[in-house]
Amino acid sequence: MKKEINPEDFASCPLPISSHDTIQLAHGSGGKIMNDLVQKLFLWAFDNNELNRQDDNAVIKINGNRFTFTTDSFVVDPIFFPDSDIGELAVNGTINDISIGGAVPLYLSVGLIIEEGFPLEDLRKIVVSIKNAAHRAGISVVTGDTKVVNKGKGDKIFINTSGIGVIKHNFKIGPEYIKPGDMIIINGGIAEHGIAVLSKREGLTFETTVISDTAPLNDLIAKIVETGAESVHAMRDPTRGGVAATLNEFAASSNVGIRIIEDKIPVKEPVRGACEILGFDPLYVANEGKLVVVASKEKADAVLNAMRGHPLGKEAAIIGDVISESPGMVSMQTGIGGWRIIDMPVGEQLPRIC
Amino acid sequence: MCLAIPGKVIEIFSENGLKMGKIDYSGTVNTACLEYVPEVKAGEYIIVHAGFAISAIDEAEAKKTLELWDEMTEKAAEEGLDIFGMPLDENRDGEK
Amino acid sequence: MKYIDEFRDPILAKKILAEIKYVTTKDWVIMEVCGGQTHALIKNGIDRLLPDKIELVHGPGCPVCVTPLELIDKALKIASLSDVVFTSFGDMLRVPGSKKDLFIIKSEGGDVRIVYSPLDALKLARENPDKKVVFFGVGFETTAPLTAMAIHQAHNEGLRNFYLLASHVLVPPAITALLESPKNMVQAYLAAGHVCTVMGWEQYIPISEKYKVPIVVTGFEPIDLLEGILMVVKQLESGSHKVENQYARVVKRTGNRPAQELISRIFMISDRKWRGIGTIPQSGLSLRPEYSAHDAELAFGLDDITVEEPPECISGLVLQGLKKPHECKAFGKECTPQTPMGATMVSSEGTCAAYYTYGRYNSRISK
Repeated sequence: MKKEINPEDFASCPLPISSHDTIQLAHGSGGKIMNDLVQKLFLWAFDNNELNRQDDNAVIKINGNRFTFTTDSFVVDPIFFPDSDIGELAVNGTINDISIGGAVPLYLSVGLIIEEGFPLEDLRKIVVSIKNAAHRAGISVVTGDTKVVNKGKGDKIFINTSGIGVIKHNFKIGPEYIKPGDMIIINGGIAEHGIAVLSKREGLTFETTVISDTAPLNDLIAKIVETGAESVHAMRDPTRGGVAATLNEFAASSNVGIRIIEDKIPVKEPVRGACEILGFDPLYVANEGKLVVVASKEKADAVLNAMRGHPLGKEAAIIGDVISESPGMVSMQTGIGGWRIIDMPVGEQLPRIC
Repeated sequence: MCLAIPGKVIEIFSENGLKMGKIDYSGTVNTACLEYVPEVKAGEYIIVHAGFAISAIDEAEAKKTLELWDEMTEKAAEEGLDIFGMPLDENRDGEK
Repeated sequence: MKYIDEFRDPILAKKILAEIKYVTTKDWVIMEVCGGQTHALIKNGIDRLLPDKIELVHGPGCPVCVTPLELIDKALKIASLSDVVFTSFGDMLRVPGSKKDLFIIKSEGGDVRIVYSPLDALKLARENPDKKVVFFGVGFETTAPLTAMAIHQAHNEGLRNFYLLASHVLVPPAITALLESPKNMVQAYLAAGHVCTVMGWEQYIPISEKYKVPIVVTGFEPIDLLEGILMVVKQLESGSHKVENQYARVVKRTGNRPAQELISRIFMISDRKWRGIGTIPQSGLSLRPEYSAHDAELAFGLDDITVEEPPECISGLVLQGLKKPHECKAFGKECTPQTPMGATMVSSEGTCAAYYTYGRYNSRISK
């Protein structure tokens, strides 16, 4: 009865994943359906070496110097959520995307699309958040744009931030350098941002002490890079789709297998409680201040110590490793010693989370 | 959908004529209807399904379920055996 | 987390697994009825930890999966009406009807809202007197007391704009139907813990006696499931057949009386069609005539629709435990959670969805 099926049959689906001819919410969720859109439409249309790396930022060489360039748009709902808002999110999110290759963030642009009737006082609060977040991260907002759309044609405010950073090290950091034997490290408790945002969403009535973990990771990353060459192979901040999405992206783009251990993954108690009542798996819930680090086996402890010495990495933990078997797949040893696959998230678990 | 989870009643109040409670799930608080557990008091634990308590949790029964295994292990260990009557083996105990 | 962590204790799990291995001497086929139990078993990897002699077969315990296609189509029709606020639990939104699902209706402008509890839907009815608020009540006996309370309140408050589209099914008739089938290979059952929390376990005694099958009421955490399996295997090995209660911290023999009383006041037992299985007599709940003013099927005057299921889909056989998901030609190919063809891939509690999501029977995985 326990018949094996051919893995090639299992993994390739001849039908396109999207069976609709309109854009669905899932296309923005960071999961399989969005990936499919990116592969089939955007990569096909724009096709170049840099884009095809499919990292969260682009690395550009100008006159022998390496720069990173990235863009991100923020449509979080609600715009004010426990202990933060869309403004701070917009700055930290882009700073993090710039920093994950070890680049030092320098400049940001801020583009605002505001709905007619949006209260000026709310706009002021958001702009002050942007200012404070930029200051905290040590960067400047050097250019921007403002558009206003008719009432009903935009939901309060959408923000786009783009950023430039400079890579001062000459280490090889990127998903292409991940290899079997590497260790997977996370800097702290997961799923906080997603739960914090959801707790304030209309229609859901739960109270929680969980606050968004939004934070600029550039300083923590600088400490990690200081541990030297060959210590870190790749880094990424697990936002939409959670840690599950990031690990699956690494496994797929680097053609390696990834194993994690459920017991080692830090999740704070209130987050666990919220995930239990909502029926969510914390691995799939968004983060905004978390860093997944793929470190070399030899330097993993040094990287872990460097992280634990930083305020944003006090609870850093090794959660798994990279293997050569089952390339493209992420598996997890469960709390009671069983195992299961951590699949790429399908569509949306939590729409408009960042 | 059989998803129901345990939570602690921290407050009882009335809403629209129904007995309601504020339930704490390790730091997340949500309301639930307590009409089906009329005898439950604050401080006690219940099982909640989609916003309704469907049963109180019997602490004694919960303990029984878990402690049975401890008893079995202790009793057997006294005789130098594991719970299946096999001699206690260092290697087996150390296995994790 | 109290009452959760203790029942996920890995050391205790190992002890129970060791004892299961010790007492199992023959091959046994066990069915866990509830979809929540199916998912918990696979999510925790218990199916792979059990000795090979024990085969787990997954039952029809997924109320979303067994909701007839016609009813989904009716729900979609109602949801697209402009004066309707259509509410349901989250997992119904992706269930495909013949052509669309609730998500698409929402993107086309339908007022479709996820609610956590039927009382939230009731609140919407109070706050929107000019709208018709419909609640899609899908569930086993666990959920029936909730919709019963919502209807009871609506009736008492004179909330004429609150309606129920009901898809409530009962477990004992389904188990009986499976046992009556000549193809049945299942020798013992893990009864659904939360269904029994409401209904008690007395209904299972005549079933156990008539068909000579052990039935153990089981919870949902890893320790519960392992203990339930152990209790069932012990009965099988000793040739006994009775009803036992593993989930005693929550389930009482007579269940929850206030809940049962309200269910029988608001609902009556009727024949129900189960998607993938067919009509099982006296296996569903319908609103009593006194409450028919709140019955969405009557209020919206929908004619009976019959729909064809895709021929490749073997959901029915999976639901009855006669086939495993990977034995389906379409599994993982035409049929995935993104493009589900049938009931069991559709729902988060469905067996095919569990197998696909947790990577069962994919030989590319190393342990």
